[in-house]
Amino acid sequence: MRELMDAEAAMRTLKRVASEVVEATGGAKDLAIVGIRRGGVDVADVLAGHVGAEIDGPVPTGAIDIALYRDDAATALPDPKIGPSSIPFEVDGRDVLIVDDVLQTGRTIRAAIECLLDYGRPRRIWLAVLLDRGGRELPIAADFVGKTVDVPKGARIDVRLAEAADAKGAFVEESA
Amino acid sequence: MSQTPDRPFPHRHLLSLEGYSTDDVTQILDTAEAFFEVSRRAVRKVPTLRGKTVLHLFYEDSTRTRTSFELAAKRLSADTLNLSVKTSSVKKGESLNDTCRTLGAMHPDIVVIRHNASGAPHYVAQKMDARVVNAGDGMHAHPTQALLDAFTIRRNKGTLEGLKVAILGDIAHSRVARSNCRLLRLFGCDVNVVGPRTLVPRHFGEAFDVTVHDRLEPALEGADVVMALRIQQERLAEALLPSLREYNRVFGLSAERMKLAKDDAIVMHPGPMNRGVEIEPEVADGPQSVILDQVEAGVATRMAVLYVLLGQGEAPAA
Repeated sequence: MRELMDAEAAMRTLKRVASEVVEATGGAKDLAIVGIRRGGVDVADVLAGHVGAEIDGPVPTGAIDIALYRDDAATALPDPKIGPSSIPFEVDGRDVLIVDDVLQTGRTIRAAIECLLDYGRPRRIWLAVLLDRGGRELPIAADFVGKTVDVPKGARIDVRLAEAADAKGAFVEESA
Repeated sequence: MSQTPDRPFPHRHLLSLEGYSTDDVTQILDTAEAFFEVSRRAVRKVPTLRGKTVLHLFYEDSTRTRTSFELAAKRLSADTLNLSVKTSSVKKGESLNDTCRTLGAMHPDIVVIRHNASGAPHYVAQKMDARVVNAGDGMHAHPTQALLDAFTIRRNKGTLEGLKVAILGDIAHSRVARSNCRLLRLFGCDVNVVGPRTLVPRHFGEAFDVTVHDRLEPALEGADVVMALRIQQERLAEALLPSLREYNRVFGLSAERMKLAKDDAIVMHPGPMNRGVEIEPEVADGPQSVILDQVEAGVATRMAVLYVLLGQGEAPAA
C-alpha cells in the first residue's frame, strides 16, 4: 500500500479547499454540504468544519446514498445493502456542495445529483473532491479538487479520515 | 440500526419465512429503513428498478396489501401490471398452470401473488422464471405482513429480541399469525397466542413454539407488543363463535385490558379492523396504537423485499 497523502496533508488540503468554497460561494451564504456515502461523508464533515470556522457559523450538512440511483442497477445490484440518505435541511434555493473522497468515472456524481434533485431544486450544485484520479466516463468536472493524482486504472484508493481510523490519510492499493 | 454483513441476498423467492435466517430478515429490515426515508422526500420515487416488471396476481380481494405492493413497485420505478381475479380469464375457468404459462410469456421479473389456496405461490415459483413474493396464501403464510410488523416493532422498541408479544383472535384461520409467530420466534420473542378454543388449532403451541392461552389476562400481562387479529363474520356461520358481542366481551381489546400490558406497550392490527369486536375504538385510535405506522411501514418493507430479491441477480459488472 502506497501513501498518496498523509493525514496532515489531507487536512491542510481540505482547509485550502474550504477557503476556495467560501470565496466562490460569496461567503458560503445559503450553503449546505452533502457527503456521498460512504467515503465522502468524512471528507464533508472536515470541510464543513473548516467552512464553519471561516464564516464563524454552522453549515448544514447531510449525507446521501446513491445505491438506488446507480446506472447499473437494472442489470445487477451487486450490493443490496443500502444506507438511508439524510438531508435535514430545505434544498430549494440553496447552494449545495456535493463532496466525495475520490472522483473517477463521474457516474457516482451523476447519481448523487439525481438523488439530490429528488429532495428539491437547489439554486446551484457544486462538487468538491479530495482526490481526482482521472478516468472520466461522463462529462463531469469538480469545482474544487484537493489533489490530482496519477494511479493505475484498476488500483483501489482508500481514504481514511474518520476519528476512529487507526491510520489516517489516503492510500492506494496497486495490486487490485 | 443493526448491521448486516455485506453479501448478496441468498433467496430467490419470498414464499414464506421458512428457511430465512435472522440475518436475512435483518437485511430486509435494514434496507427498509433506507426506503422509509425515501417515502418522506419531496420526490417519493427512486429509479432503482427502472425497466423491471412487477406482476400483481390477486386471486383474493385485498385493498391494502395490493395498493401497498403497487405503491412499493411504483416508487422503485418498476412497471406494474395488476391482474385481479374478477376481471381476468381466471373467472372463465383458466387453470393456474395455464395462467402461469401465459403470464410467463410476458417475462415479468417479479410475481406478487395472493391466492386462497395455501401453496399456490410455491406452485407459481416452480412454473415461472420470475421471482415470486407471497402476498398471502390461504391460511399458510403472509410473510411481508410479518416483516412490516417486525419493522414497526423494531422502530418503536429499538429491537425485536426478548420482547413479550401477545397475539389475540382467530389464530386458526390467520396466515398473519403464522408468519408473525415464525419471525418473532426466530428473534427469541416470548410469543403468546390467545383466542377461543375453536379458533386456536390444537397443536399450534408445539408447532410454532409459542405459548397458548385460553384467557386474555396472562397473555397481556407485561406484554411489550399486543396484536389483535381480525375476526371474520364467516366464522359465525361456521358456528365457531356464538356471537361477535360474546367475542368482544371475552377477548375484545379495551383500554382497561391494555393496562395489564407494559405502560409503553404498542398496539397493532393488520387490518381491516372490526371496531367494537376485536378492538375498541379507544385503543385503535389511542396513543399506544401504531396501526397507521404499520401501513406506512408496509410500503417501505415491500420496497425492500422487491429490491433484495432482484438484487441477487446476475454477477455484478466490475
